[in-house]
Amino acid sequence: MSINYDERIPNNVDLSSDKRLQRALEHWQPAFLDWWQDMGPEGWQASDVYLRTAVSTDAGGWAQFGLVKMPEYRWGIFLADPVADRRIGFGDHFGQPVWQDVPGEYRNVLQRIIVTQADTEPASVEQQRHLGATAPSLYDLRNLFQVNVEEGRHLWAMVYLLHRYFGRDGRDEAEALLDRRAGDADNPRILDAFNQACPDWLTFFCFTTFTDRDGKYQLASLAESAFDPLSRTCRFMLTEEAHHLSVGEDGVKRVLLRALELAAQDPDGDVRRQGGIDVDTVQKYVNYWFSYSLDLFGSEVSSNAATFFAGGIKGRYREDVEWEDHTALSAVHVLPLVDNGRLVDTEVPLRNAMNQVLRQSYVEDSERVVKRWNRALEEAGSDVRITLPSTRFHRRQGVYAGHHFAPDGTLLTADQWAARRDAWLPSEADRAYVASLMQPVYEPGQMAHWIAAPKRGINKMPVDYVYVRRA
Amino acid sequence: MAHATHMPVSSFETHPSAYRHWALSIDGSVARLVLDIQETNGLRDDYLLKQNSYDLGVDIELHDAMERLRFEHPAVRCVVVTSAQPKVFCAGANIPMLATSTHHFKVNFCKYTNETRCDLEASSAQSGLTWLAALNGTAAGGGYELALACDRIALIDDRSSAVSLPEVPLLGVLPGTGGLTRLVDKRHVRRDLADVFCTKAEGFRARDAVKMGLVDVAFPRSRWDEGVAALAAEVAAAHPARSAEGIVLPPLEVEVGDDGSRRYRYVHLSVDTAGRTATVCVRAPDAPPPADADALRAEGAATWSLRAFRELDDALLHLRFNQPEVGLVLLRTEGDPAAVLAHDACLADLAGDWLADEITWFQGRVLRRVDNMAKSMFALVDRESCFVGALFEITLAADRSYMLDDPDAPTAVQLTAASDGRFPMATGISRLACRFPSDADAVQTALATIGAPVHPEQALELGLVTLTPDDLDWDDEIRIAIEERVSLSPDALTGMEQNLRFVGRETCESKIYGRLSAWQNWIFQRPNAVGEQGALTLYGHPESPKFDWGRT
Repeated sequence: MSINYDERIPNNVDLSSDKRLQRALEHWQPAFLDWWQDMGPEGWQASDVYLRTAVSTDAGGWAQFGLVKMPEYRWGIFLADPVADRRIGFGDHFGQPVWQDVPGEYRNVLQRIIVTQADTEPASVEQQRHLGATAPSLYDLRNLFQVNVEEGRHLWAMVYLLHRYFGRDGRDEAEALLDRRAGDADNPRILDAFNQACPDWLTFFCFTTFTDRDGKYQLASLAESAFDPLSRTCRFMLTEEAHHLSVGEDGVKRVLLRALELAAQDPDGDVRRQGGIDVDTVQKYVNYWFSYSLDLFGSEVSSNAATFFAGGIKGRYREDVEWEDHTALSAVHVLPLVDNGRLVDTEVPLRNAMNQVLRQSYVEDSERVVKRWNRALEEAGSDVRITLPSTRFHRRQGVYAGHHFAPDGTLLTADQWAARRDAWLPSEADRAYVASLMQPVYEPGQMAHWIAAPKRGINKMPVDYVYVRRA
Repeated sequence: MAHATHMPVSSFETHPSAYRHWALSIDGSVARLVLDIQETNGLRDDYLLKQNSYDLGVDIELHDAMERLRFEHPAVRCVVVTSAQPKVFCAGANIPMLATSTHHFKVNFCKYTNETRCDLEASSAQSGLTWLAALNGTAAGGGYELALACDRIALIDDRSSAVSLPEVPLLGVLPGTGGLTRLVDKRHVRRDLADVFCTKAEGFRARDAVKMGLVDVAFPRSRWDEGVAALAAEVAAAHPARSAEGIVLPPLEVEVGDDGSRRYRYVHLSVDTAGRTATVCVRAPDAPPPADADALRAEGAATWSLRAFRELDDALLHLRFNQPEVGLVLLRTEGDPAAVLAHDACLADLAGDWLADEITWFQGRVLRRVDNMAKSMFALVDRESCFVGALFEITLAADRSYMLDDPDAPTAVQLTAASDGRFPMATGISRLACRFPSDADAVQTALATIGAPVHPEQALELGLVTLTPDDLDWDDEIRIAIEERVSLSPDALTGMEQNLRFVGRETCESKIYGRLSAWQNWIFQRPNAVGEQGALTLYGHPESPKFDWGRT
């Protein structure tokens, strides 16, 4: 059977003349579509959705809008344009030409990193597959689906690397990506955050704000990679990831602004009595997802991190512009570690602390998000503020796991923690309350009671445009 | 090496109530041995035992548990070895500990862990104690090697837990606790697939691990507890039940001298620091043997056959770890040969009784520990000696034996059936057969003397001893032999002795000591592992290793 690959699969990787890639995709593409039908957005596969599709990497091509049925979405394979004479930007091979093929020495670690990153993409689609039933508006529903199809495309991007550069092992791993299931005890996704439930839209907005932001920083660190195809793939993915982050950030902001409106309507300022989500509850969800997302960076002190940096596999955020010493061999990083019930500043070789360095860039970015939320709160006349908890708070991975910390980073005993936990993290009652609000609103332009309307629509369309047309 | 740390080991004894890293629990015929290594409770405080990685202290507990299961809990038929830490079974030997240990400590540590694993296999072959490794998380390096020493291996199929031997690709050394040997010689993993496995740092997860024969079975998380329990029950039922009542192994009583000497009830270790020699003397029983199996049980650990060999075992470990400068061990015995023979005969008569058998097997383990000493050993048969029966094996284990030929005070050795295969060496053959590898007649002639004392002239003729100086020559002959021996290169002597001691065929066990350990000890000395830019030195450090690419 001859397939017109370039028509079905928009790409800039010369798919139509790459037999090896074609062979891999012949098998994988139908499996992907089966997976999408089984595990993609439930109940909306036949609907027309106003989606953006990337058909090329140039300015006019990466964002083509139109009504599309999701299973017919044209998931493409794109690499950012090559940089002439690109050189390895960090580590032991600093200054040498980048690799166009996988060096045998780094084959296993590169494959592992790509598989781990790739696994998060279908995972989040699975986590979010029931959200369509409770969308607060057609606008939000469409954003959810846009995020979902793009996570699908990111999966394609990573699978392209596995198929093109990692031989039979790569093909097997690509298949396994469609086989694991988020939250399945026996067949889980690789990373913990991607096995957590995403039962409501507040979770979705926090997840896209914080967990997808981890994705941004992982992709950015891989965009520095000496393995050029990985670098180019990640650079292109970053443009799409930015959209997901804004969906999350704007969603949380709209929940906060609505909370202020509803508080003003209540004689006691009780947001819940008015059917909204109060700022305290938002803060707890922020605490939960921020801390879960911090875990994704790996341990603060890590031999793997040192190996990845030394090998030129994974760099720091904006390695070339933000840092001067690109070998990072002699420097140290100071980290407060728990020692006999106290926090003691401890020097760690910088290379071993690269996970922490990347995490710090992420934290700074997250702080900017919180600042924007707080500015919106201030402009709306409120003096309540959202804050980020300490990076030690509620960790299950890394050097702080197994200890208890308050949101301000103070070391606590287990009893102290247990007594305050529900003040800092969503309680069962909080979750049940948020769940009780989740009623779908499918009328064009209408919003659920607990969320403010967005300022503007998609692609200059009005907010009341019919973004999703239910079949 | 930046700062190799010599650390005396204060004790090789422990008790389940004092375990820091393992928890032993027993339910009928199934025991559970659960690993939960306390990071900050290593033997030294300059490393953390992360990810269930072990040091000598952890292995001393494992060894203790194994001995107690055999002696104190004979009803146990299956031991489930698993971990209390989520997602990790065991990450193997702690690398920072190895990287900062002296060479002699590393080698002794590896030897001790190897002996424990070989003994664990012996407990299966001899006592019918079946070991089930229940890998509830990743088993890397020594963690997987511990599993390889077990009879059956189950691995959780959670799509992330794996078995691996990452030593070659990550550390530039070998998996040093029998992994390579057991992979191909015990589990019969095809050697080319083993090659793939041993160079792939992340190893293989459940599905592939089962396919390659790296593990026997995999269970998903939801059926893990149930699957392991069913397997344990099946395994436990497959072996005939044994006595429900065990004996107690009490702590050894020992007086320790400032010079490292150790005086036990029946064993005395004395150290001549300046002369770099030590003397190990085993005394004959001071009481008649128990009359029957019940009496043996009543005597328990106090019975000479067990107590003297437990003491000898402990003395050997202290010699190895705490007397690195001692190059020559003089092996002596003292007391009434008839008493030793009586205790020997008692065990032989009671063969088939679980406790008598366990004691015999224990003696065999201690004798194999003698074979594995990386020190020269001379047996001295003199007027006070009682090298008879099981103790005669000590002269056969020695590199040389000197027997005093004094017409006025005749000395003798005496063989019993103990020398006819009761105490096989690691090679699976008896020390007597090892002495006369292609001369079955010589073995038979020696065995024909069973029951009668063998005096110097005959012993020399039969090849049972090396030299028989007379009473006028003895002192000088022995002095010169000692002085000459301790003047030679300790490295060359270790290599020479290990090559000469294990004559004849190979077994998995002998390959582990003779090939795997020897190569490992060579690699442990090489700059590619332990030089400033060696892989072991730099593991966990920011720098990448730089190799000398020359191959011989």
